[in-house]
Amino acid sequence: MSMTHDPPKAAVPALDFGAAWTYAPAPEATDHVKIKPRHELFIDGSWQAPRSGRYFDSISPSSEAKLTEVAEASEADVDAAVSAARRAYEQVWSRMKPLERGKYIYRIARRIQEKARELAVAESLDGGKPIKESRDVDIPLAAAHFFYYAGWADKLDHAFPGSNPRPLGVAGQVIPWNFPLLMAAWKIAPALACGNTVVLKPAETTPLTALMLAEIFREVDLPPGVVNIITGAGATGAALVRHPGVDKVAFTGSTAVGKQIQKSLAGSRKKLTLELGGKAANIVFADAPIDQAIEGIIGGIFFNQGHVCCAGSRLLVEESVHDLVVRKLKDRMATLRLGDPLDKNTDVGAINSRMQLEKIRELVAAGEQEGAERFSAPCPLPPRGFWFPPTIFTNVSLSHRIAREEIFGPVLSILTFRTPEEALEKANNTFYGLSAGIWTDKGAKLFWMANRLRAGVVWGNTYNKFDPTSPFGGYKESGFGREGGKAGLLPYLEVNG
Amino acid sequence: MAMVSSPRGGPYALPFRSPPVDQVYVEERAVALGKRSIKKETKVAGLRLAVRMMDLTTLEGKDSPGKVRSLCAKALRPLDTDPTIGPVGAVCVYPNMVPVAVEALKGSGVHVASVATAFPSGLSPLPIKLEDVRRAVDFGADEIDMVIDRGAMLSGEYARVYDEIAQTKEACGAAHLKVILETGELGTYDTVRHASDIAMAAGADFIKTSTGKITPAATPAVTLVMLEAIRDFFYATGRRIGMKPAGGIRTAKQALHYLVIVKETLGDAWLTPDLFRFGASTLLNDVLMQLEKERTGAYQGQDYFSKD
Repeated sequence: MSMTHDPPKAAVPALDFGAAWTYAPAPEATDHVKIKPRHELFIDGSWQAPRSGRYFDSISPSSEAKLTEVAEASEADVDAAVSAARRAYEQVWSRMKPLERGKYIYRIARRIQEKARELAVAESLDGGKPIKESRDVDIPLAAAHFFYYAGWADKLDHAFPGSNPRPLGVAGQVIPWNFPLLMAAWKIAPALACGNTVVLKPAETTPLTALMLAEIFREVDLPPGVVNIITGAGATGAALVRHPGVDKVAFTGSTAVGKQIQKSLAGSRKKLTLELGGKAANIVFADAPIDQAIEGIIGGIFFNQGHVCCAGSRLLVEESVHDLVVRKLKDRMATLRLGDPLDKNTDVGAINSRMQLEKIRELVAAGEQEGAERFSAPCPLPPRGFWFPPTIFTNVSLSHRIAREEIFGPVLSILTFRTPEEALEKANNTFYGLSAGIWTDKGAKLFWMANRLRAGVVWGNTYNKFDPTSPFGGYKESGFGREGGKAGLLPYLEVNG
Repeated sequence: MAMVSSPRGGPYALPFRSPPVDQVYVEERAVALGKRSIKKETKVAGLRLAVRMMDLTTLEGKDSPGKVRSLCAKALRPLDTDPTIGPVGAVCVYPNMVPVAVEALKGSGVHVASVATAFPSGLSPLPIKLEDVRRAVDFGADEIDMVIDRGAMLSGEYARVYDEIAQTKEACGAAHLKVILETGELGTYDTVRHASDIAMAAGADFIKTSTGKITPAATPAVTLVMLEAIRDFFYATGRRIGMKPAGGIRTAKQALHYLVIVKETLGDAWLTPDLFRFGASTLLNDVLMQLEKERTGAYQGQDYFSKD
């Protein structure tokens, strides 16, 4: 940025976030969590050994230690699960009074709250996310989703008056590894409230809390077959999606897999919703409350190690405050604590899998090679497990891979703009459209931008705020259909036009 | 940019206006920092530091030389059973009590702070306020806690606020100046931020939240706003301004929360009594109680700690 004829600058004063007063380890207790050494498939209300006879390991990404082994569902298992869901749909769930359905869903919500500590620890062990996030975000929000949709169960006629809302039948749901229990809640709660039954496949790296949720279904006496949980990798998910007994497919995950699913369903009667990737613009104007915008940028990209489809991974910052924002970001990054996900003071946990770590490394290398300037937080990485330091890139161009492709890791690309029009054009110049953030002290500017951004969720002076009452979903290649709110009922209902 | 001459020499550009503060997010951040888990040796080290950062205060109409002497004894040796704890940063009193404190603390390195400038309201003519400061300094105070004219701040007379602080700084001579914003009367974080910027530009060595006579006094969020102002001032000038939250900080747990906010906003350089102080009258005994609990594994009754 500096031009050669500038006078030499005095040494820049620097803050020092060193070792003057360090935090002692504060590990969350794990003795109250019992993880079974082996997990079977949850079909028709009971634990069933896989017909394949095959199991795979689920490891903790922070230690690479084996946590448990999990059944791999074959096509025959998928068939059994879909058949159980069909029976439960026809004989029990669709015939039950909606008020009674609601009661079951409320009981699930309450049981999640009762087991919140156990679920939070399991989530952090299995997925690598910091305990403060699983404890304060994932688990409470999962319970909140069940509470919210329980309330709709007997009010569907009021949600869509005069349109005779009816369930679809059996929903086949495939969820990702970034918010394992929360995504299960997002999928299962509205499906059940609308009178559908479910076969859910959690991600192969993070099956644990979905299997604990199955145990909760048993504890609350949910009728057998209403929800079936089958574990496995991509092949299991594909078998579920293709199964002719499935009436509705809901998928959250990568855009590449979403496209395959949409192709495979072409010409079928199955309804489909997709919640896919993103490359969200987080737009900071010079008149923004900068110190709070910094928190929004940090949370937007480093929350859950950046494994967030709506992560604010492209920072668009007004040129006049670019240097100040970058300086503040670097100082803030120096305070981020990376390490043991079960330590209550950990801000950044482990990368979810070796595969994901390789992908992040590959894209970061591409960023360096294409000429962007990298800065990584000066935090030491633990010797075992999968880790990547919080990283920002400056001098990024729109054509760089790191500005276009979803990295799904703790890596931020920073671009500049001079006018609101330029910010808008750059923000919309992506094939994704899941979310965006705007930081400004001016209400008019905020709404001018929000109305023109092609993104499903737009946050103003905040970021990554979730609530069960608020619809969530994408534009363009970020998918279609909405989850959350009244709009989140529609993908699970047949309604008269 | 209005270039004004700073009392410390060297020009500092007063910004046309201070950056805005977002209430929701700054409060969220302050709460998040309160969730740090401070245990074992971290807790002990933090509490020991908090003792050394304390401005042990008595600001009552009924203060007596005997009470001030007693407070000074506590300042020098907070816990009779453990000489390694303390001493505190300063004893803070009204001007008339300064000579008593100076005598009692002589040679100890514990500072004597005096409130001045028609504390706590500041509603006296400027010459009287400046005379108040000079007298306190003559009595031997080496730290002056002044109040800003909140009326001037709220009615937009920013130049007057600035000038009063600058002249007070001049009246202080070698004594350090802490500028009390009385944040509980300023209404918004934006105004707190603006007042912080004015105070630092005008020559404050410390900025301080409250007199302790108004509720709300110090809060984690308002302290964070002021620390962020200090950070921007440091970025711009390289000068380190101190921070003193005062009023309403009564428990060891609260004190640790404030230390976390300082540590994660300004870093190591500010974790010293030279740049961070707690203004408190009842905090010390709770901190001592927690330190004894960490040492012995059991809580002692309140009567085991002197109430000076």
